[in-house]
Amino acid sequence: MTTTCDVLIQGGGGAGCSAALHLAQRGMRVILLERGLVGGQASGVNYGGVRQQGRNPAELPIARRSREIWGRLGVLVGTDAEFTVTGHLKLARSEAEEAELIAYLDVAKQHDLPLRMVGRNAIHRDYPWLGPLVVAGSFAPEDGAANPRLLSPALAHAARAAGADIREHAEVVAHAHDGARFTLRTKAGESFAAPVLLNVAGFWGGAVAAAFGEAVPIEPLSPNMAVTEPLPYFIEPNLGVVGGNVYLRQIPRGNVILGGGHGEADASIPWSRPLPEVTMEAAQLATQLVPALAGVQIIRSWSGIDGRMPDRIPVIGPSRTTAGLFHAFGFSGHGFQLGPGIGAIMAELIVDGRTDIPLDPFRIDRF
Amino acid sequence: MKVAVVGAGPAGVRAVERLVAAGLSPVWIDEASDGGGRIYQRPPPGLARDARSLYGFEAKRATALHDTLDALKPRCDWRPDTLVWHIRPGARQLQTLCGGRQDAVTYDAAILCTGAMDRVIPLPGWTRPGVTTMGAAQIALKTQGCAIGHRVVFLGTGPLLWLVAYQYAKAGADVAGVLDTTPFITKARATPGLLLGGATFAKGLYYIAWLRRRGIRIAEGVTPLAIEGGDDGVTAVTWRDAAGRDHRIDCDAVGMGWGLKPEAQLADLAAVPFRHDALQANWVPVRDGAGRTPVAGIYLAGDGAGIGGAEVAEMTGARAALAVLEDAGHRLDPIETVALDRRLASQARFRAALERAFPFPAHLARAMADDTLLCRCEGLRAGELRAAARAEAATGPAPEMNRAKAFTRVGMGRCQGRVCGAAAAEILAAELNCTVPQIGRLRGQPPVKPIPISAEAAP
Repeated sequence: MTTTCDVLIQGGGGAGCSAALHLAQRGMRVILLERGLVGGQASGVNYGGVRQQGRNPAELPIARRSREIWGRLGVLVGTDAEFTVTGHLKLARSEAEEAELIAYLDVAKQHDLPLRMVGRNAIHRDYPWLGPLVVAGSFAPEDGAANPRLLSPALAHAARAAGADIREHAEVVAHAHDGARFTLRTKAGESFAAPVLLNVAGFWGGAVAAAFGEAVPIEPLSPNMAVTEPLPYFIEPNLGVVGGNVYLRQIPRGNVILGGGHGEADASIPWSRPLPEVTMEAAQLATQLVPALAGVQIIRSWSGIDGRMPDRIPVIGPSRTTAGLFHAFGFSGHGFQLGPGIGAIMAELIVDGRTDIPLDPFRIDRF
Repeated sequence: MKVAVVGAGPAGVRAVERLVAAGLSPVWIDEASDGGGRIYQRPPPGLARDARSLYGFEAKRATALHDTLDALKPRCDWRPDTLVWHIRPGARQLQTLCGGRQDAVTYDAAILCTGAMDRVIPLPGWTRPGVTTMGAAQIALKTQGCAIGHRVVFLGTGPLLWLVAYQYAKAGADVAGVLDTTPFITKARATPGLLLGGATFAKGLYYIAWLRRRGIRIAEGVTPLAIEGGDDGVTAVTWRDAAGRDHRIDCDAVGMGWGLKPEAQLADLAAVPFRHDALQANWVPVRDGAGRTPVAGIYLAGDGAGIGGAEVAEMTGARAALAVLEDAGHRLDPIETVALDRRLASQARFRAALERAFPFPAHLARAMADDTLLCRCEGLRAGELRAAARAEAATGPAPEMNRAKAFTRVGMGRCQGRVCGAAAAEILAAELNCTVPQIGRLRGQPPVKPIPISAEAAP
């Protein structure tokens, strides 16, 4: 027997769950199919940065839209997923890096993103715990961080309440399109059909696109994450660096979450692990930024699987081969902040046939 | 062939002994300074107590193991004071930390003999200073010659409860009470099987009789209520007897534990699959009778592969080494392996009876009051875990263990659920009206134990 609906969503990450919620709110009958539990991969295991500063300029309109949703997440889904507006401080460790920060101020201005430079003197006065390596920073007051373990489940829970059918442990094993309808078959032998299919399957979105004749050069990306034991709270802003080889933030409970570099993964299982030497490298870079972290204990490290495109921005928009198919995948490590907005934008594309957000840079046939 | 042995307790010692006898020189890593494992942990140099007073009936076995250990050290790449904090089975690499220095050890075959730790069921007051696990109470006595308090209550179940109480009383400590949560009748029913244990069973009976003769307060089938006291220590233990009467014993320290669970984090990180052993009420890594796992190059022995006790650990250690040698093409004496396998089978029957005699009291965990501190690392109370299991939070219900961890932070702290994990699983399973195997187990994540952020790479 085949279950039919208006829109089928493949992938239960932040983007998919947000799309399910926004589509259901627009009265669409939605079925979301997720292989494991929602938010099990990139959306659930990432660093938790809710950052707009430093985004690729093409992504900024989406980031702005998403930030607006982050701001009212509590109303939308009943929890703010621990979203805290701490500001994001991006640090320069050389003159060349400082020049990059300055150059980005213009980009931010074009997109109405609040951003200000913190100069050589101010940086050590305002943040006395920063190490001597730091020469300057740029501060985005609207940015912050949230708990990635909560976002997708909360969006999914709200989507269910709005009428969406969220099916976990439903791995799609076959795709078909008969010219009018998509039919997806799961590992358990169930069939689902709809005139619209939204591919938000992260790294595995590449395989979905390939099934419809539009393969893209996507590769797995596994962020290398670690967390320390709790310490007295002193690092308020979410910290990044030019070049991105280390990032860290402290939560009010005291733990410092830090990342940098990439772990190892086998997307076919799926399986991922942080790499010991990468964890220690990131830890060393972190102690250079914040010397007070020396001697603190790392209690846990982890990774997950995201999809990375060659130009480091996602594929977003309608299929070029199959009417009714829409893509939003390959977020290249940027999906957590963008996810809620992507769901709203895809709902507009599907229901209204258009969106104000410029999506041309993300078209699938750009490669 | 490069073999690495992790652990220098009974299993590790016998594994290395067999490897060295075959002409190999394994890398041998242990977290402690001088090996022996937890059961035969050695006192620091200078502590002048003889083996008999430290190990009791086990003195001969302990001394034999220590002698073998000392004789083997110069014939291996012996690395004491070293933590293996991660393993990469694909690269066949162990990640180690010693004196603040990082290092990596490659292997063709690794025998993991990582031991066990106490299973804990939290109760009100369990985090007060003066409360330790039964194992920790025993180690304090064995390695430092000191007791955990002046007036000590032992609370829990299992053979260790009686052994530690006996050892404390014998060493001169004031044992204020031995509170066994298992009813006498449960133990009596298991007696036919326990007889298989021969001397081991006889020793257990001796400890109990000795404690009774000394007039030490003993109660069986008890329900613990609380450990009373303040932030600075313990003043009493309260409990309910089988007839429903409440009691109170004044004390200044409590040793508690409900059997053992494998310290199998390395096997987990090595991607060895786990199965739930209903009799032990433990998740145990999958291995064959010789210690081979489904993961190439990974062998398991000792309590880390499933609780069997020290005697069994010595046998499984030797057996795993034989499996490594056999898999590497060494010719083995078939009589030796057959005899070893036969002894292991007989011990397994005794162990099964022991588990039936001292079953894990899941009902105590399941009945934990909502306001009891469950996960001490994250400050989580039992009621908060129960709420996560239901659809109360905006995130929806947590249908399994790792999702409950994601939502509530249970098992997410310094100990990674090693202490609260067993009780948390029972609480979640009860709330979801399903079994522990159905809700799964907490995923292992490196490091096995906390490591300093500023550890340097070895030169």
